[in-house]
Amino acid sequence: MSDASHSAAVVYVPRDSAARSVGADEVAAALQGAATRGDFAIDVVRNGSRGMLWLEPMIEVVTPRGRVGYGPVAPEDVDGLLAAGLLDGADHPLRLGLVDELPWLARQTRVTFARVGITDPLSPADYVEHGGLKGLRAALDMAPSEVVAAVTESGLRGRGGAGFPAGIKWKTVLDCADELKFVCCNADEGDSGTFADRMVMEGDPFLLIEGMTIAAHAVGATEGYLYIRSEYPDAIATMREAIELAREQGWLGQGILGSTLDFDLHVRVGAGAYICGEETSMLESLEGKRGMVRAKPPIPAIEGLFGKPTVVNNVLTLTTVPVVLADGPQAYQDLGVGRSRGTQVFQLGGNIARGGIVETAFGITLRELIEDYGGGTRTGRPVRTVQVGGPLGAYLPESQFELPMDYEAFAEAGAMLGHGGVVVFDDSVDMAAQARFAMEFCAEESCGKCTPCRVGAVRGVEVIDKIVAGTHRDENLALLEDLCDLMTDGSLCAMGGLTPMPVRSALAHFPDDFLGGRRLLDIHPVNTRTEGTV
Amino acid sequence: MTTSGSDVTVESVVRRVVADHRGQRGALLPVLHAVQAELGHVPQEAIPVLADELNLSRADVHGVVTFYHDFRREPAGRTTVRICRAEACQALGADGLVSYAREAGLTLGETTADGTVTVEQVFCLGNCALGPSVEANGRLYGRVGPARLGSILNGTV
Repeated sequence: MSDASHSAAVVYVPRDSAARSVGADEVAAALQGAATRGDFAIDVVRNGSRGMLWLEPMIEVVTPRGRVGYGPVAPEDVDGLLAAGLLDGADHPLRLGLVDELPWLARQTRVTFARVGITDPLSPADYVEHGGLKGLRAALDMAPSEVVAAVTESGLRGRGGAGFPAGIKWKTVLDCADELKFVCCNADEGDSGTFADRMVMEGDPFLLIEGMTIAAHAVGATEGYLYIRSEYPDAIATMREAIELAREQGWLGQGILGSTLDFDLHVRVGAGAYICGEETSMLESLEGKRGMVRAKPPIPAIEGLFGKPTVVNNVLTLTTVPVVLADGPQAYQDLGVGRSRGTQVFQLGGNIARGGIVETAFGITLRELIEDYGGGTRTGRPVRTVQVGGPLGAYLPESQFELPMDYEAFAEAGAMLGHGGVVVFDDSVDMAAQARFAMEFCAEESCGKCTPCRVGAVRGVEVIDKIVAGTHRDENLALLEDLCDLMTDGSLCAMGGLTPMPVRSALAHFPDDFLGGRRLLDIHPVNTRTEGTV
Repeated sequence: MTTSGSDVTVESVVRRVVADHRGQRGALLPVLHAVQAELGHVPQEAIPVLADELNLSRADVHGVVTFYHDFRREPAGRTTVRICRAEACQALGADGLVSYAREAGLTLGETTADGTVTVEQVFCLGNCALGPSVEANGRLYGRVGPARLGSILNGTV
């Protein structure tokens, strides 16, 4: 057992909001209390989460053999853990072993998430010690066009969902002659089942700052905006603090790292509008307007924020850039399959036993994610469907679980990879209700600018209700089909254009649910004990 | 802070907030967030003042205030509880939480008559692996069952 006469043992307790939602703050306070009372010499460090969210709060103690994890730790477990020798990494029913060797983590390829959960997110020294700024330093030694070429060569595609090649977008902005250009990061991660943006902002905020700064250098921008949804207060606070620290370090502002680059970054907070995750809506919102979509063209790369050339990228795109620059485009290009290069940060959520972050090369199958990593449902019932790519993504039946995670393979199967969110449902799910919800959500969140989305979604709810009630079923099924075509073809943006995807996939794969032929079950979540079952 | 029946107070708050944001491009959203943070909502009297200060039409300001779910026209209860109803939480029984709130006599989007609690729905709090999720006064709770929701609503958690 350690005591105050020894040097303090370092114990990591995540500050990630998912970990906090199940008691990480109380665990940290209990550890701190033991230290304050003088019983134990503990230095509590708040890190990001390793992404094994079913083990949260997962704490780690630094030992000569490496970091030993324990979890999920309840505040009332702390005294017993300390008494059992937590600070020496001793045995205990909650002991998980060396965290780096846990199979769930060890077989991932963590590129973007390499530092998340390992470092203190708000320590500039920790950041640099773990390879931070290498990408930015490399970029500053290159001409802007060379940086753009490297990003293009890496094959990096926008991680926000559409998968547009990042380098091509950047080149368009670079080629514009305007004095004033912007870099905007879209951190309006509103899709259900996606939380990687939040975790990287809370767990490694300097990485996003570095990525945006590289983008600024590459395209000749001097001002950047980070648009974060208001539902993420912890991410907002962390990014604001990190930006202040970065300014103090000379990583933002005038003459960054002694170069001629001037770039400053501002956080803007959304106001609860899902549609502002659409890039043109986000730009309108940043301009202080209603978040209504713009018709394209003109594309934002040429006429974006305040009419100026603007790079708009998602958090994961921009946080991948430093890695591409640090290790060279070839290393990134070597990962992945087909035209889906590099890694994707998959997010396992919903009714899943082991939910969290799986960063791995493209090409892994859905089944590997759900069964090998996820361990099936949390309720222990059979998996019936998964929705991939957010609320506008398709519901896939078990027969499609062999699909490789690859933009093109998903598109071919009538689905989309989107942002890499995977939401699992057990056999108690009512797919007609899920289809109805997709329309209801679209009606609630439509910006209202175009009729197919604004009116179509309301009509969609009505038609599905009629189908389920058995009213003129064939006619209404035909009408729903027609409505889906119209929304797909006639909507200005992805909100109305993709809402038919969950609806159609539910109808195609689970028709019985719409025809009243299936007796629906109640959902009874059970509390399964999952400790140590990595 | 009391603002009831006092236009002067609302006006002075709004003018001061706008002055604080003077240097920002397209500052209306940050200004509205700041006004709401001070006053608890965006009162009707604030709209002409904002229009005047920011050189916008009243219709523009009104359009922005009503477009975003976050901005309130009326004060909320002392506790605001938001239940996530997005797909990941649905998969773990979020609708059961909504039913629980309803059975407790609470209507989504409304504040109780005694002003203690406002219950709302929200679509995704980014806690999709630890659902069902609920947020209360800015604090996030994961793995929330009906009993725990009851404690959150009573303010005993």
